[in-house]
Parts: sequence; C-alpha cells; structure tokens
Amino acid sequence: MIKKFFDTIRPHFQPGGKLQSFHSVFDGLETFALVPNTTSKTGVSIHDAIDSKRIMSFVVIALIPALLMGMYNIGFQNYKSAGVEATFFEMFFYGLIVTLPKIIVSYGVGLGIEFVVAQWKKEEIQEGFLVSGILIPMIVPVGTPLWMIGVAVAFAVIFAKEIYGGTGMNIFNPALVARAFLFFAWPTKMSGDSVWVSTESWFGLGRQLADGYTAATPLGQAANGQLIEASMTDMVTGLIPGSIGETSVIAIAIGAAVLLWTRIASWKIMLSVFAGGALVAALFDAFGAAENVSAHLGVCQHLFLGGFTFGAVFMATDPVTSARTEKGKFVYGFLIGALAITIRVLNPGYPEGMMLAILFMNMFAPLIDYCYVQSNINKRAKRMKQE
Amino acid sequence: MDIYKIKKGLNVRLAGEAAPQLRDVKQAAEYALRPGDFCGITPKVLVKEGESVLVGTPLFVDKATEKVKFVAPVSGIVKSVERGERRKLLSIRIQPDSAQVSKSFDVTGYKTMEANTMKSLLLESGVFGFFRQRPYDVVPSPDVAPKSIFISAFSTMPLAADFNFVVQGQEEDFKEGVAALSRIAKVHVGVSPHQLNTNILPMNTSNVEVACFDGPNPVGNVGVQINRVDPINKGEVVWTLGAEEVLFVGRLMRTGKVDFTRKIAIAGSEVIEPRYAQVTIGHPLSELLEGEVKETNYNLRWINGNPLVGEKAGKGDFLGAHVTEVTVLPEGDDVHELFGWIMPRFHEYSTSRSYFSWLLGKKNYRLDCRVKGGRRHMIMSAEYERVFPMDIYVSYLIKAIITGDIDRQEALGIYEVAPEDFAVAEFICSSKLELQRIVREGLDILRKENS
Repeated sequence: MIKKFFDTIRPHFQPGGKLQSFHSVFDGLETFALVPNTTSKTGVSIHDAIDSKRIMSFVVIALIPALLMGMYNIGFQNYKSAGVEATFFEMFFYGLIVTLPKIIVSYGVGLGIEFVVAQWKKEEIQEGFLVSGILIPMIVPVGTPLWMIGVAVAFAVIFAKEIYGGTGMNIFNPALVARAFLFFAWPTKMSGDSVWVSTESWFGLGRQLADGYTAATPLGQAANGQLIEASMTDMVTGLIPGSIGETSVIAIAIGAAVLLWTRIASWKIMLSVFAGGALVAALFDAFGAAENVSAHLGVCQHLFLGGFTFGAVFMATDPVTSARTEKGKFVYGFLIGALAITIRVLNPGYPEGMMLAILFMNMFAPLIDYCYVQSNINKRAKRMKQE
Repeated sequence: MDIYKIKKGLNVRLAGEAAPQLRDVKQAAEYALRPGDFCGITPKVLVKEGESVLVGTPLFVDKATEKVKFVAPVSGIVKSVERGERRKLLSIRIQPDSAQVSKSFDVTGYKTMEANTMKSLLLESGVFGFFRQRPYDVVPSPDVAPKSIFISAFSTMPLAADFNFVVQGQEEDFKEGVAALSRIAKVHVGVSPHQLNTNILPMNTSNVEVACFDGPNPVGNVGVQINRVDPINKGEVVWTLGAEEVLFVGRLMRTGKVDFTRKIAIAGSEVIEPRYAQVTIGHPLSELLEGEVKETNYNLRWINGNPLVGEKAGKGDFLGAHVTEVTVLPEGDDVHELFGWIMPRFHEYSTSRSYFSWLLGKKNYRLDCRVKGGRRHMIMSAEYERVFPMDIYVSYLIKAIITGDIDRQEALGIYEVAPEDFAVAEFICSSKLELQRIVREGLDILRKENS
C-alpha cells in the first residue's frame, strides 16, 4: 500500500514534474519508508543489511533514555525550586512541553538545510543530522531561547558540516559546534546560575518562578569555590541542574550499553576518555592547590558531573570526527578525558571543559592518525630497503 | 610447515552450498573465450570466422608482447568474433566438434626443464594466460622473472567450490603442476587445516614451500597469504595461479595436451540441487543452468563466480575463464520492505548487532542482491580493518585511491592488494562503497602511470 502511494506520487517529483525541486525530499521519505531495492551492479552481489540509516537510528535510540530522564529532571527542578509537590507525570509532561519545541526547532532548521543542500547537490539526503538534531537540544541549558537554538543549528550545519562536504567529511562534531557557537555568542545564556532551571509555567504544568531565580550546577558551584550540595545519588540518577540530556549517569549508561553492544561507538574511545579523566582528576585531587574546590572533587564526582559522561559516550565516539586508527582511538580518548578535567580545574571561567576538550581533540584526531598511518608507511619502506 | 593463524575476517554463511556430487554436462552448442576475463591485456585476434581450431590453438595474443597466447578450450570451427563498441573484442565463439581433438605440445623432460623452456611451454600452450601477477592483479609480463609463485589451494568465499572435492582423482595433476611451476620460481602453496591430511600433500619438491592458513574468509585469498609469508615490495613481482588452474599445468605436463575442463560448483539458494558439474571453460551459462534453477515468480541473478567476487552475468553469458563456481541468488529488485532502518529483519544477515544475526547462530542465509542502503561518504571508522587480515590501513588506502594520490597509494601498500581482497570489506561496508571497483580502477591507473 505504501509502495503504491509512492508510485502514484513519484511522477510529480521526477525531472519535468511539478514538484521536481522537492525530489530529494521525496527520495528521503521513500527510502525512510521502504528499503531501496536497487541491486548491486559491480563488486559484491550481496550486502550486509547494515546501512547508515540504521546506524544513525540506533544512536538516536541510545539517546532516548537520557532524553526522557532529562525531561523528567526539568519538571523535577522546576517543582523543587518552587517548593511544590508534584506527581511523576506532572513533572515529566512539564519537561516534555519545555523540551519538545527545542527538538522541533533543531530538526526543522537542520533538516530544512540538509534538504536544500541535498537538492542542490542532487544527492540523497544524508541521515547524519538525525543524530546531531537530537543531540543539540540535549546539550543546551533548558533556558536557551528557541531562536538561539535555530541560529546555532543553522550555523553548525552550514559551517561545520556542509561546507566540508556533508556527513562523513566534517572535522568538528556539528552538535558541539552548535553548542560552542551558543557558548561564545551568548555566554550569559549558556552559563552562570540562571539558565539551568525552567522558570515558566506552561499549560498549567510547572510553576512560574520568581524573576532572577538562580540555581547553579554543581560544577558551577565548584568553580565559584563553593561546596557542592548535590548528593552522589542525585548525580547518578540525574536530579541536578544541568543541560537537558547530560545529567543522568544511569540513562547515559543505558545508551552507552546500546552503542557498545551494537559496536557503533568504539569502546576504545569511551574507555580511554574515562581513564584519562579519572587519572587527571586523581592527580589534581592529590596535588592540586588546596583552595581550588574543583581540584578536590574527586574522581567519581568529576566523571559523573556536568557533561563528562554524556560527552564521553555520545560525542567523543562520533566516528567521523574521532581518530580513525584503532590505536589512535586510545590516545584520542585519553586526551579528551584529561583535557576536560584540566580545563575544569585550572580555568575558573569555564566550569565545564568537555565541549572544548572534544572540539580540540577533533582538530587533533587527524594528527594522531597521521602518526599511526605513518608508522605503517615507514614499516613498509623499511622492509623494502632491507631486501 | 608454517601455520598462520588469522583472526580478522568474516565467513558469510549462505544457503545452497554445493554437495560433493558430480553431474555430467552435455557438450554445448557453442563455447566462448572472453578476453575480458584476462585482466590487463589488449587482445590481438589470430583466427578468422570459419577457421577450424584444435584444443590449444591460439585464438588471440596480448598485443604488448605477442608472447602470451590465449587458446581454444575446445576444438571446432570459429563461429564468430564478437566485437563491441570501438571494435573492442568481446569474445571468440567456437562451435565444437563432437569428437574433441587436442594439439600436442612437446613436454619431454619436463621434470628437469630450465625455467625459460618451461615458461615458453606454458606460453605456447595457453596456460600462461591464466597466471596473474601482483602488483596490479593482471596477466604477468613473461619477460619479468617473478620473485615467487603463490598458489592458494582453498577458497573461503561463500558458496565457493571446495578444492578438496575438485582435486579428487586429480591429485597427481596438482602435484605435477606445482612441481612444474617450481622450475620457474619458488612456489608457495597455501593450504587450509582441512587439507593437511589429504592426498595433495606432501609435496616432495625442493623449491616448494607449503604453509597452512587457519582463519575466516578471506584467508583463502592468495593476497592474504602473500602478505603473511613474504609481502610484496615496490618493484617486486609475484605470480599467482588458481589451484584449479594448476591442474591445467599438471595435465599438460603429464599428457602433453591442454585440457580446460573444470569441476565447478553450481550453488546458491535458488539452485534446486546444488552440486558440482564437469564443464569446459566458456560453456554457455544458460545451458549449464538449464533445469537446475528453481522456477520462481521473482527475478534471479546469475553470478559468474561467488557472490562476493563474481560478476553479474546475463542470460547469454559464458562460463568465465577463472570461474570456479556459478551461483544463483534472488535479485531482490522486486522486494519492498517497510522501515528497514528500525525493523528487526530476522531474515537478513548483518555483522552489526543492531540486527539479530548474532543470536541465530549458524543459520545459512538466503540473501538477495539489494544494496540495502544508500551510498554515503565513509562514516564509520575501522569497519574494513575488522575483516581485512593484512597489515594495511584499508580506509586510508581507499581514500588515497579515490583522490588519485599515487605516492600515497604506494606508501600504503597498493602493490600488495587485488580487488578480491576487498570483497569482505565491501560486503560489510555501511556506506555501501564499491571497494572492488575503486581498487580495480586505481590499479589500472597506477599501472598506466608506471609503464
């Protein structure tokens, strides 16, 4: 039936048809609904059933626990700040109402640009943005205005991805570029104490909070030299102020399990990010200056707080922008972890270092790979000389 | 004997493996030899339509040296010289006589022959055309002495013919063939662990070394074996020869006549009774598969070779010169599957655990020929390396070929590879890149640049 539907409307989208300029959109929707039945012409006759659509879909699936938990946490923080009791569903639906527009704006703007580019280049629509589009709302503070998200998404898709040639060719992780763009364009809206709790009431859900209500993230508190209020349990379950998707360690762990089991994310990167972070955190704990609260958070708090886990699981492991050689992945991951904690501790201006650490290492990933590939090249050259 | 254990790779299990039974095939009405099967040559035709030929009469030679001859697999009358666009020679077709007559070659003293005499004999008899050389995976130039000759005595490709069965009753031909080749250069024979106690061993010849390779596909590829035993450097030349083609050499030595019959596997999920058939190269596929293939209301694909390396064949095609099996699979162009990106799809095979192949154990899959995804840039990393058992950075080499950076291709080891080595990587590629085509084109360009 669905096939018939596509068959009937196809002529309109083919060259000469009325809707010719939406050909890529039609194509995208058709391949979304039906597996394309083009068969191979040369090379292998049979193919593995995996394709990039399925890979991207699984990353989105892996993100869902963190997203749902983030929604609940938005409601939880709002009601908690208002000092009002509320049921689980009230909190969750409040979070849903606050988050959904962000997701819609992110996908709307991003996919819109992708459709236009695909049409222009006469290519298929690439599904890379399925992941970036959901990541971006999850890594911004809940108080980010929608128009800012829209601008950031447009910037990231155009300048971090399409100008390089699309999915697979970009150097920097587009979602992080969007985050960095927001961070440097509107620093007050991205950090500080007033952006982490949703303060408005929507459709009778949630409570209007007083103007100027503030709630700092634990890392923000530490950077200001205060002691962290949140308990370890809250950090693990995610009931602390923070960007929408990043707070719950448990939800992120479920996502990590999905990614590792399906081998979409590299365990080497994930493990070494944590190893690097843990080692540096331990070093700071042992040798850091006494008055620096961030230095003495301890390994667990450092790894569980802020965007560390989220970044390690979902951002550092982006196959396109990470190191592509197997040994290089260890180096790449380790340096991300180490850098993230170093930025946190040594730069009080940035309570969170994960974003910058990953972007920085995105830039250096080709260099790491270069070393390993070059060693293979040298080995071959040496072998030639011997004979 | 050295034993090499190899971990990287992937055995693709397909339904319809050939059972070890042999059926006879009637002589066909027409046979064809296609220059396209011999990579890297420019044919110059030696026969005219209506001329009668014997088994072993040269039909065309390679224009470059005019030494490498390609001979008639059957005796009869040249029916047509088929040419395509710009008079490109497509095939030479022969109508066979009912009684086959072979040309005789002088093989006296083959056991002690000099390298050059042996080479001339092979060139004269047309067997030389079956050799391939690394680099470039083309028919070798007879004027360049090879460093060594590599033979893989088994194939790990899905649905491939089992050489253990093929060689039964022809063990002497195989051994004599290897011994003859050892007159030219050192011969390395790669065997699988299952072949250790079979009659093809031991090889009692001084210039032959046997090594055992244990691992998943593509361990049976001669390229993998070369990479382990004695990797090729720039400037070196290694010849390779299919195990079944060693039998051609052996038969020539023992009888003085060439005999291009093979036991090929007829396999695949759409074959009624997958088993072996004794045929001569150039046999028309339509006659070979007549009555063997299921009657279906969906489209089928005939493949000249196995599903990973073989070539899609038309109904009027002929058995390829190097082909050791013919496979038939569903084409799949009439399948309409909903929401493939999220459905569990239990019938599909994937190495990705986003499918359930890992749960279903040793199921034999019935796969069709859909690409099952759109072409993308290389997105996932280390995908190819997982199934590519050579010390080569595959994705970097592929990128160097795509960008045409010849120095980098050399540095990354392009001289060691042939397109077939990339078959498994191409199978699992989630970006659906045509790796074998990319490598073939890269090798062709490189060869042109270097000549």
